[in-house]
Amino acid sequence: MKSDRGWISIWQSIALWFVPVLFLGIFFFIPLGKIINLSGIFQHGLQLTQGEWGAVVRPLTFTIFQAVVSTVLTLCIGIPGAYVLSHFRFTGRELIKAALIVPFILPTVVVASCFNSLLGPHGMINELLMTIFHLQSPPIALLNSFWAIILGHIFYNTSLVILVVGEAWSKMNPNYETSARVLGANRFQTALHITFPLLTPSVLASSLLVFIFDFTSFGVVLLLGGPAFATLEVEIFIQATQMLNLRLATVMSLIQIVMTLGLAAVYAGVSHGQSFELTPHFKRGEALKSSPFPQKIFSLGVLTVLFMFFFTPLIALVTRSMTSYQSGSSIGIPFFGGASWSYYSELFINRHGSLFYVPPYEAVFNSLLFATITVFITLPLGVLIVLALRQPHRINRILDPLIMLPLGSSAVTLGLGLLLAFNTTALYKIPFPVLLPIAHGLVALPLVVRIIQPAIDAIPVNLAFSARILGADRWHVLRDIEFPLLKQPVIVSSIFAFSVSLGEFGATTFLNRPDYPTIPIVIYRFLTHPGQVNYGQAMAMSTILMVLCILSILCIQLTDQTNRERK
Amino acid sequence: MNKTILLMMLMVMVALAGCSGVPTKSVEVPELKVMTHDPFAVSESIIRQFEEQNNVKVVFLKSGDTGSLLNRAILTSAAPEADVLYGIDNTYLSRALDADLFEVYRSPLLDKVSKEFILDQSYHVTPVDYGDVCINYDRQFFISHELDVPQDLNALTQTKYKGLLVVENPATSSPGLAFLLTTISRFGEEGYLEYWRNLKTNGVVVVNDWSTAYYTNFSASSGKGLQPMVVTYNTSPAAEVYFASSPVTEPPTAAITSPSTCFRQIEFTAILKGSAQQDLAGKFIDFMLSTSFQEDIPLQMFMFPVLPDASLPQVFRDYVTIADQPASLSPDLISKNRDRWIQDWTGVVLR
Repeated sequence: MKSDRGWISIWQSIALWFVPVLFLGIFFFIPLGKIINLSGIFQHGLQLTQGEWGAVVRPLTFTIFQAVVSTVLTLCIGIPGAYVLSHFRFTGRELIKAALIVPFILPTVVVASCFNSLLGPHGMINELLMTIFHLQSPPIALLNSFWAIILGHIFYNTSLVILVVGEAWSKMNPNYETSARVLGANRFQTALHITFPLLTPSVLASSLLVFIFDFTSFGVVLLLGGPAFATLEVEIFIQATQMLNLRLATVMSLIQIVMTLGLAAVYAGVSHGQSFELTPHFKRGEALKSSPFPQKIFSLGVLTVLFMFFFTPLIALVTRSMTSYQSGSSIGIPFFGGASWSYYSELFINRHGSLFYVPPYEAVFNSLLFATITVFITLPLGVLIVLALRQPHRINRILDPLIMLPLGSSAVTLGLGLLLAFNTTALYKIPFPVLLPIAHGLVALPLVVRIIQPAIDAIPVNLAFSARILGADRWHVLRDIEFPLLKQPVIVSSIFAFSVSLGEFGATTFLNRPDYPTIPIVIYRFLTHPGQVNYGQAMAMSTILMVLCILSILCIQLTDQTNRERK
Repeated sequence: MNKTILLMMLMVMVALAGCSGVPTKSVEVPELKVMTHDPFAVSESIIRQFEEQNNVKVVFLKSGDTGSLLNRAILTSAAPEADVLYGIDNTYLSRALDADLFEVYRSPLLDKVSKEFILDQSYHVTPVDYGDVCINYDRQFFISHELDVPQDLNALTQTKYKGLLVVENPATSSPGLAFLLTTISRFGEEGYLEYWRNLKTNGVVVVNDWSTAYYTNFSASSGKGLQPMVVTYNTSPAAEVYFASSPVTEPPTAAITSPSTCFRQIEFTAILKGSAQQDLAGKFIDFMLSTSFQEDIPLQMFMFPVLPDASLPQVFRDYVTIADQPASLSPDLISKNRDRWIQDWTGVVLR
């Protein structure tokens, strides 16, 4: 009997892993092998000079250091945010959740510009302080500093913590906490011994993702940190595309991948046995208005911090897209000259007859198309992987960390690898750039897996067993028990897969075709020449991207809510 | 249940759309593929002209900045992605020639082009346009602070200009590299690092890319930054007028073009080795040297045509000065030393 079940589990494992492993093998490992082969490391060894080792080690230590600081601070803001957004109901909650994801998709050039209009020498905050305290020079000099990098990372990644941890928190059965309180534990003891352990899987999963994002950070370090700081990802870009030193770039790329692998293995070890089966519990949260005073104050405090961090830069973006500047006027104060739609209307005109003019709706359509395909590639694969990981099989120990690798690889490695591996095949030669959503899918897949996995692990196995004993077949168990429980995490993960694709730029430059320009490409194109109209149009296009993102996310969330109410 | 089926059908549809999205094209018209850097731009009507005259469809593959473009061309040289490459400049020229990427082609129109632009005597590459990387300044700032505009690089180390200049990192930006090369040409290999030490003491601000330098740090742009001087192109003032949100008669900026303060960037085109359509590729290169294409360059790319009799648009004639004796270094010298120069510069200025 026992050995029989063992065999079933092996076959089930193989069946579930087959497609995902094939996908990763073809689209990640073969391209990676191609790059390693071309770099000549195989044939000639590493051959790093003393200076080159220095060039590797210095960015490596900085990369790890800033990633640790960024991740810790992101958690500090994200966990209280997750608490408030999952426990209380208030008007605009869904909008806030949707807007939190916006930073995820904005090109860094635009984010840098938002931060500048907020915190720059003539930004809103400095102007305000200078007026109030009659200062001669701007008191805050944040841009091009270490803290600008950290701030950028918090801005980009907090939504991951808030949504993933919040999702777990909202499903937590309040009876556990209530029982603990009834049995005499105080608030603090309850939190320490009941709440936090129950949240550990989701906190670990989101920390891993945030850490890898910070670890492989490119745009934030390049544009907010400035040239005094360089992560491995930045060095890889410089070596590969500016110094044309593919060997050194590949060595750095491999170090990044090995570090990711180590991290993912540690995660797999720590998270193993950390999941608790919970009696799933759907709650809509209590109304903030009717909650006790201290909680109200706490929630308002957290919401204020979130507002400052996430909304002011976005508001700055909107105002800049609608303000035409006259020389000498200050940039920070919104709508002083009155709102103007001129940059938006300008987007629709090919004023200079350029061959490369892209109507905004075309860029919007292309971006949405790639993002949708990315979701359809990653969701089925992600669900298969999560189900496979649920099988108690040793092979999972090896395969689990491997899934994370594409997230830890540099965009240059991913994009260039796919290009070099497939540029002579039909996959590349057909007019539709199918490799593009595949590249986006590679990056999104680890997110999808890590977001769904804690949720699926929390489903008690005996729930399924009971159903089977009561006569339901496997398919019914999946449909009537597991799917409904998985719906919310699947929605969260598709939102992130969608957003990853909308905002991705690095690999896109290698794989896209001229007929399929995406919104980030159009934004960068405007910023290649001087002139107010170019700048204004870049801001207008970014605002469109932001609104598009919020609307898509609200749509996804709304369909879910109407479904739930119908039941 | 229904929803699951619907979802599966959608997935199949997307998969099918991915595979069958190949439109059935008329087979007659051959494609000429041209790899370019991202800033490449051209008027639609001009390209249509060429397509009609030669019964061909021209497809442009934009491949990042100049370095990324060259990198991609080298790595795909076994099975080239395009017939023509445009966008290699004199800072990367020797690298490109060493990689043996190009066919020899000498356009008959090259005779009209001034000798100073024909850097490759073996005729693997053909010059198309050029531009000067120069310091631009905020005119309003210099007037209201009663400062005189520096006319020599040495002046920039004087305390009255402390903290007033923003430059780009030569490791990540091509105008940044051009400015580094200007200082090497002006002060020599033995003197340029000393000059940069002085610039650093005098508060030079370094950022990673042109967009940040111009749009965030430069005081005369929309970003209203703190530095009234920025490393950009001599054509930037014309762009400020051309792309102003309300019509202006004077640009807010001007370029410093006095001797040895600018670097001349020359951009080239070439036929890629392995192209199956070399005749057509040659015709396209002739076309890039034709008057209609050359006269289209200024307002699309904000560079100068290499053809001396191509007429310039009004904004160029009114607001652009060509650099007087720009810095020059031979492509050979640049390619031999570029990595070391950047490394040494990084050691002095950034660490």
